[in-house]
Amino acid sequence: MRRGRWAAVVGVVAAVAGGITWAASGDAPRVRTFEQRIQVVDGPKNDQHVGLDTTFFAPAGGGRAPAVLLAHGFGGSKDDTRDEAERLARHGYAVLTWSARGFGRSDGEITLDSPDYDVKDVRQLIDWLARRPEVRLDGPGDPRVGLAGQSYGGGITLLSAAYDRRVDAIAPQITWYDLADSLFPDATGKGAALPPDQPALPDQPTPTDLPAPTDLPGGVFKKVWAGVFFTGGASSTACGRFLPSLCAMYQKVAETGRPTPEAIATLRRSSPSSVAGRIHVPTLLVQGQSDSLFPLDQADGNARAVTGAPVKVVWFQGGHDGGDPETARVRDLVTGWFDRYLKGGPASTSGGSAAETSGGFTVTRTGGIDSSTQRVVVTAATAPRYPGLTGTARRTLPLGGQEQTIQNPAGGSPASISTLPGLGALGGVSGFGTGGVQLDMPGQSAAFDTEPLDAPVQLTGSARVRVRVAGGPATLFAKVYDVGPDGQAEPARRLVAPLNVSGTADVTLPPMDHRFDQGHRIRVVFGTTDMGYASPARPASYRVSVDSPLTVPVDPALRTPPVPLPGWVWGLPAIAVAAAVALVATGRGRRRRGGERGDPAVPLEIVGLTKRYKNGHLAVDDLSFRVEPGQVCGLLGPNGAGKTTTLRMLMGLIHPDAGQIRIFGEPVRPGAPVLSRLGSFVEGPGFLPHLSGRDNLELYWKAAGRGEAYLDEALRIAGLGDAIRRPVRTYSQGMRQRLAIAQAMLGLPDLLVLDEPTNGLDPPQIAEMREVLVRYAAEGRTVIISSHLLAEVEQTCTDVVVMHRGTLVAAGPVAEIAGHDGSVLIGTSEVDRAMSVLTGLEGVDGAEPYDPGVLVRLNGSGPSAVVAALVAAGVPVDRVMPHRRLEDAFLTLIGEGS
Amino acid sequence: MSADLTYRRRRTLPLRVEAVRQLRRRRTWIAFAVLLVLPWVLAAAFKIGGSPSANDANTPGLVTVATAGALNFTAFTLFASAGFLLVVAVALFCGDTVASEAGWASLRYLLAAPVPRTRLLRQKLIVALTYAALAVVSLPAMAMITGIYVFGWARLRVPGGDVALPNGTALTRMLIVVGYIMASELVVAALAFLLSVTTDSPLGAVGGAVGLVILSNIIDAVTALGHWREFLPTHWMFAWTDALQPHLEWTGMLKGTALSASYATVFIALAVRRFRAKDIVS
Repeated sequence: MRRGRWAAVVGVVAAVAGGITWAASGDAPRVRTFEQRIQVVDGPKNDQHVGLDTTFFAPAGGGRAPAVLLAHGFGGSKDDTRDEAERLARHGYAVLTWSARGFGRSDGEITLDSPDYDVKDVRQLIDWLARRPEVRLDGPGDPRVGLAGQSYGGGITLLSAAYDRRVDAIAPQITWYDLADSLFPDATGKGAALPPDQPALPDQPTPTDLPAPTDLPGGVFKKVWAGVFFTGGASSTACGRFLPSLCAMYQKVAETGRPTPEAIATLRRSSPSSVAGRIHVPTLLVQGQSDSLFPLDQADGNARAVTGAPVKVVWFQGGHDGGDPETARVRDLVTGWFDRYLKGGPASTSGGSAAETSGGFTVTRTGGIDSSTQRVVVTAATAPRYPGLTGTARRTLPLGGQEQTIQNPAGGSPASISTLPGLGALGGVSGFGTGGVQLDMPGQSAAFDTEPLDAPVQLTGSARVRVRVAGGPATLFAKVYDVGPDGQAEPARRLVAPLNVSGTADVTLPPMDHRFDQGHRIRVVFGTTDMGYASPARPASYRVSVDSPLTVPVDPALRTPPVPLPGWVWGLPAIAVAAAVALVATGRGRRRRGGERGDPAVPLEIVGLTKRYKNGHLAVDDLSFRVEPGQVCGLLGPNGAGKTTTLRMLMGLIHPDAGQIRIFGEPVRPGAPVLSRLGSFVEGPGFLPHLSGRDNLELYWKAAGRGEAYLDEALRIAGLGDAIRRPVRTYSQGMRQRLAIAQAMLGLPDLLVLDEPTNGLDPPQIAEMREVLVRYAAEGRTVIISSHLLAEVEQTCTDVVVMHRGTLVAAGPVAEIAGHDGSVLIGTSEVDRAMSVLTGLEGVDGAEPYDPGVLVRLNGSGPSAVVAALVAAGVPVDRVMPHRRLEDAFLTLIGEGS
Repeated sequence: MSADLTYRRRRTLPLRVEAVRQLRRRRTWIAFAVLLVLPWVLAAAFKIGGSPSANDANTPGLVTVATAGALNFTAFTLFASAGFLLVVAVALFCGDTVASEAGWASLRYLLAAPVPRTRLLRQKLIVALTYAALAVVSLPAMAMITGIYVFGWARLRVPGGDVALPNGTALTRMLIVVGYIMASELVVAALAFLLSVTTDSPLGAVGGAVGLVILSNIIDAVTALGHWREFLPTHWMFAWTDALQPHLEWTGMLKGTALSASYATVFIALAVRRFRAKDIVS
């Protein structure tokens, strides 16, 4: 039995553990790697010999596999991409990582992904791949190859795809479309960095009522990011390993804060914008929502630059400002992209229908913090197609606010702070943590609010507004805030859109994905300074007002599938229910049907009853007896004889090991309905100490599920008087005893079982109790009294069952067993003579020596004749007493037991 | 005639009777008294000691805004008591119920009445869970009253951006919180009930359940265990704080509910299995 129980428990544990172990994955096989320097020739004149430090990762599984070139970010080396490379190699790709020229242990200078240098390097790396036996070929010298990389590595990915037709798929991440535009942005859309042939957005009106801003250079210099970019590697030279011409260009630009035409030309040559329309491979664009260096509009430009091939755009939480890198999600996206376009059939670079070429749009959104992991929950919303920054639909919201006067501080200081490059965490989880740095200097900004929103607005893209500035050409910084119902304003994203403006201008606000809740307001702020940008040193005062409502792009097609919960959230309860059913169904206490029925007239019949406790003690051993109606049956035995165990089995409290108990013919099991005809008092009273005696009896009776109680009669038997209203805990032992007997008799049961009923009673109460019991049985009911006191049984009972050490010693009517049938014990010192006298004496059936005398069985005659005969024969008679076989047997048993 | 003709199995130990039997107990009154007085004690502590300061970076979010209003005070009271006080209260009601009957020896008379064993467990479990649920409800209810009286009504300020939630939302969130606390305490209730069936000592059953909760909390502090900690019965005990942030997160609460319900189901099944097979010798 116990083994079965433990087996069940072990089974449950094993099932639970089995459901979990999927998470504890084993180690993946090692990937074979080959390190080598690959010599390439580049430069405008193809005269620069450069050694590139590379590592080749052989594909797991052997054979010819598609290849992936992994490029690293700015300032890094091939080691940065090692994890990703190993993962892709295990996934069945041949992977080549390299340190770009100017980085790591490769030779040469940094050329900003120049087509003259870095792109030529990549072409020769693809040549090298085509010669590897592990790499699958689409044609002679044309390997099946994809490119992926972040930031600087993303730029080369796009440029290489434009310059080398052998590239089959790319996955550039957080990279630029136009470096000039990124470093000299202008939110009015007429910045110098914007290519003149850029098609105007359909809803963008042409400003005509303004003088052309002749004295303003296009774009506002993103000075901090540019500085980090160009001088991050400074050592013995100002720009570290930058190509000297690039370094000189930067220094000239940074000094004035204005771009030169040459600088713009150089930056643009290193930009996908220069090859727009020439990229025809499936492109996965992953751009960060926390990115003030290359904001989402750069991915938007790249998405337009790819033609005739599927483009998928993903806005994730990370970016150059930090935020959740969502590493697992991005890696899965990249792998999935390559699986689809590299591992499939011949890479399709030809155009298809619009639906086929649209790879879709995914935006990840932050939810709340999961307290168990202390991490922000990120969900992904997807739409079948990328809508651009103007959304698939637009909401127009009026902006309130009068014309406001703002000051440009002399020297551009103190400056407001939105994001600090290199302190990514600041912009990381905006909205969480109250200590985020976001400073708007007093007097420097004008704010315009919408009315509280009547419904939530999910802004996806760039909101637009027309601003009017009086007081001269101004450099302003536009930001979007989310204002709560109580006036608390939080930046929707820690991004700014800088603009040079004089008169009116249509402003494209920072691209983002943000939900403005119902009751919130959208606030547009125009400030005069931002820490990250160059702004005019000349003090000035401007009057700023808005000329148009706010146009908010939305994309209703975006759908957020529910966050998949781990399987165990549903699996575990199911397993638990199954385990519970198994546990309950297999237990020892299962209701056992059957058992032979007996004569329903016999109050109690016990057959072959055996019980051995877990500690090995054999408490009851093959006990059989029966009790007839109207009997007062005594269960007699010394302490430890098994009386109480028998009674507990009789009440269904203990499971017998063998044998059967039948009450009124019904087999007894725990909770058997026939127990309702049994009233019991076993091993002391059991009451709720905080309740009065009366409440105890009443509640007990209500719990018993039966009809009328004979409460008054029971109370009379208890005889507690006024004490019946006191809590039971104040009762003496005797009072509890009487109350318990009263409880046993409450329903006037047909079979009453009392265990040591007279314990704690005083002699008058004992006598009264005896009378009650005799009277009770006289009405045709049956009473069983267990006792270790011979006298009590003799005086009360009609029948007796004697037990010792679990076995039946004797059973029968008291009169029969007690020996009033005519035996006398003659005490004498001369046993032999007495025996000779008695033998043959008339009226004597027999005699036997019996210490300390002779036991005489009489046959009708009284003991006086026997005594007279003995005395006449001169045998000394010390005493004559009735012999009680019951007592004799009992004493013998006790003697053995002690 | 096999049984007393008036005997009905389904009338044995009615819920009302069991509820009265438990209600009149001193421990029931003391437990509720402690839960109902605690908010006043906390409020007095804030009045004497002053409102907590947000300057200390180590102060949890719910503490710094505890005195902002009745709703915040209620959230704080739950935060302060969910980890231990409510655990003890739930363990008390569910751990004591069978073991104390065994201790008083009244169990054998109920079973011989006869109340079928499975029915006895069912009725006792329902009543014990009801008292436990009342305990979980009474604390925030009194905290709300105390909060209105002492700090006044104000919108619920939640940590994370220090945003104030509209009243309707806040009350819904509070209901979610209380509901989740009930669900998460299920595992404690079931464990206490299992121990209650196993031992004759009420103290052993209650103490054992509380002790195992403490043990689980200690193991939960071993972050090296990684995701295995997610399967500790107490790991998700504070997942309801996910409802007290601007953006409600269900994930943690769903996980916690699933785990708690799973443990509870198995524990209760074990209790039934044990009790049915048990020899009642008390």
